[in-house]
Amino acid sequence: MTEEARVPEIASPEKILSVDNIEVIYDHVILVLKGVSLSVPLGGITALLGANGAGKTTTLKAISNLLKAERGEVTKGKVIFKGEEVQGLSPNDLVRRGCIQVMEGRHCFGHLTVEENLLTGAFTRRDGNAAIKDDIEMVYDYFPRLRERRGSQAGYTSGGEQQMVAIGRALMSRPTMILLDEPSMGLAPQLVEEIFEIVKKLNEEQGVSFLLAEQNTNVALRYAKYGYILESGRIVLDGDAAALRNNEDVKEFYLGLGGEGRRSFREVKHYKRRKRWLA
Amino acid sequence: MDVLYTIFIDPFVQMAEAPDFLLQVVWEGFVAGILYALIALGFVLIYKASGVFNFAQGIMVVFAGLSLVGLHEMGVPALLALIMAIGVMAILAICIEKFVMRPLVGQPDIILLMATIGMTYFLIGLGEFIFGGEPKQMITEELGLPTGSTAFEMDNGGLVILQHIDIAAAVIALIMVGGLAVFFNRTRIGRALRAVADDHTAALSVGISLNQIWAIVWFAAGIVALATGIMWGARSDVSFALEIVALKALPVLILGGFTSIPGAVIGGLIIGIGEKIGEIYWGGLVGGGIESWLAYMIALIFLLFRPQGLFGEKIIERI
Repeated sequence: MTEEARVPEIASPEKILSVDNIEVIYDHVILVLKGVSLSVPLGGITALLGANGAGKTTTLKAISNLLKAERGEVTKGKVIFKGEEVQGLSPNDLVRRGCIQVMEGRHCFGHLTVEENLLTGAFTRRDGNAAIKDDIEMVYDYFPRLRERRGSQAGYTSGGEQQMVAIGRALMSRPTMILLDEPSMGLAPQLVEEIFEIVKKLNEEQGVSFLLAEQNTNVALRYAKYGYILESGRIVLDGDAAALRNNEDVKEFYLGLGGEGRRSFREVKHYKRRKRWLA
Repeated sequence: MDVLYTIFIDPFVQMAEAPDFLLQVVWEGFVAGILYALIALGFVLIYKASGVFNFAQGIMVVFAGLSLVGLHEMGVPALLALIMAIGVMAILAICIEKFVMRPLVGQPDIILLMATIGMTYFLIGLGEFIFGGEPKQMITEELGLPTGSTAFEMDNGGLVILQHIDIAAAVIALIMVGGLAVFFNRTRIGRALRAVADDHTAALSVGISLNQIWAIVWFAAGIVALATGIMWGARSDVSFALEIVALKALPVLILGGFTSIPGAVIGGLIIGIGEKIGEIYWGGLVGGGIESWLAYMIALIFLLFRPQGLFGEKIIERI
């Protein structure tokens, strides 16, 4: 009886993470997420797309439970990770269970060296120094550039290197699921490509599942298998990445590919109206 | 001319004429400086880890000293009382983390500062309630700390007298600073502490438990407070007046930088030695009493020209 209660229907075995109709309120008054549901399959890369302020970061923080430090609160709905409800757990507990967030804007520890940054990622581990050393080498194999810069203070490394430090640091906790927030932010296109290639490699070789919040719809949909589009705190569209790429609305609003030449302003207005109605 | 002579020449002539006296003054300043440094160290620990300026560090010194002496007065043997006083600081740290820091997480700095002022008054009340308000004698001998003094004879026949307890204070301070440096740079918890100091949210996101780290930091500051309480108590006595003296740590911090452990030590020594020399050689010019404000003047000048202090961490900013 209790066993059944702990494993609700929504947590079917092939899903590592499901978010069920969550609502998030900041400061007790500001309603940011108005019922968001999504799921990530085990071993998948799922993209969460949307413009500034759509609620991507809030969704990720609601999952990793970093919201509390910002006076946000999940007031409705459930987050299920590996078949267990995890809302209300501390970020520390979640990292222990294998779900870690890489925050937007890198957030490296500026005064620590690159290697010390990686070591902080192993804070929750209890499997001894030898295993941690092995994993540092593994991170250096994925990011050879970090090996060269292991002794420099992270604050003095470049933006791309800091993003690598942030992802490497998360890897050090031996996660099964990484919530990756805007890895492309402020990086040159070539570097964005490089970072996404590594994400793909990590997914294939280490079996890490990813939930990827991105504004760069084009790149995100090339690497993800499934995508959700978030708009003012609601999911307005979801589907296979390939299908989304060919969707007229997505092309128009997120990929910047207007159908036939320039549209008149009147038509755009009409378009928006139709979309809102659909949502 | 006369004024210039008494300001710029005469003091140095005096110093040269009586080097033994100068040495004695410097030593006295050095010892005072070490005690300032120990208090500043407690501030730095908490400031680094939680960005809070802990107004209560002074009363923690008094409270730690009172617990030690008070327990001994109740009939507990000295060494056991010491261990129990460490226990008291641990309990205090856990309580502060649970009832002050945790509910106030994410609040503006000013609110946390006000909370530490509140804690100060709470601890004054609690200390007076349990141990009474009268000054107490530190149990120096019972703890096995050296008493007495050694006199060194100088070439010119003068004497320099070093109190053994002062030498012990210097050695203990040195060991504490060394121990903290190793702890910060070589251990897993120390690294996590520095990570928290750099970026709270990022530390949270990689699974570092802020609650655990804060309790540890407040405990470390409590241990430093206990050491300060013993050393300072041995020089005068354990009383609530110490709490005011602890504010001297403020100029020390401005001089040394709020985030630097070596800065706290060197800042403490500069302030300690500077104010003693200033008082003895220049104090007469303005009718004495320099000691009580010179430190703040030095701090003011530093604020104008080097606001991050001598050793404060440079703010790394990428553009």
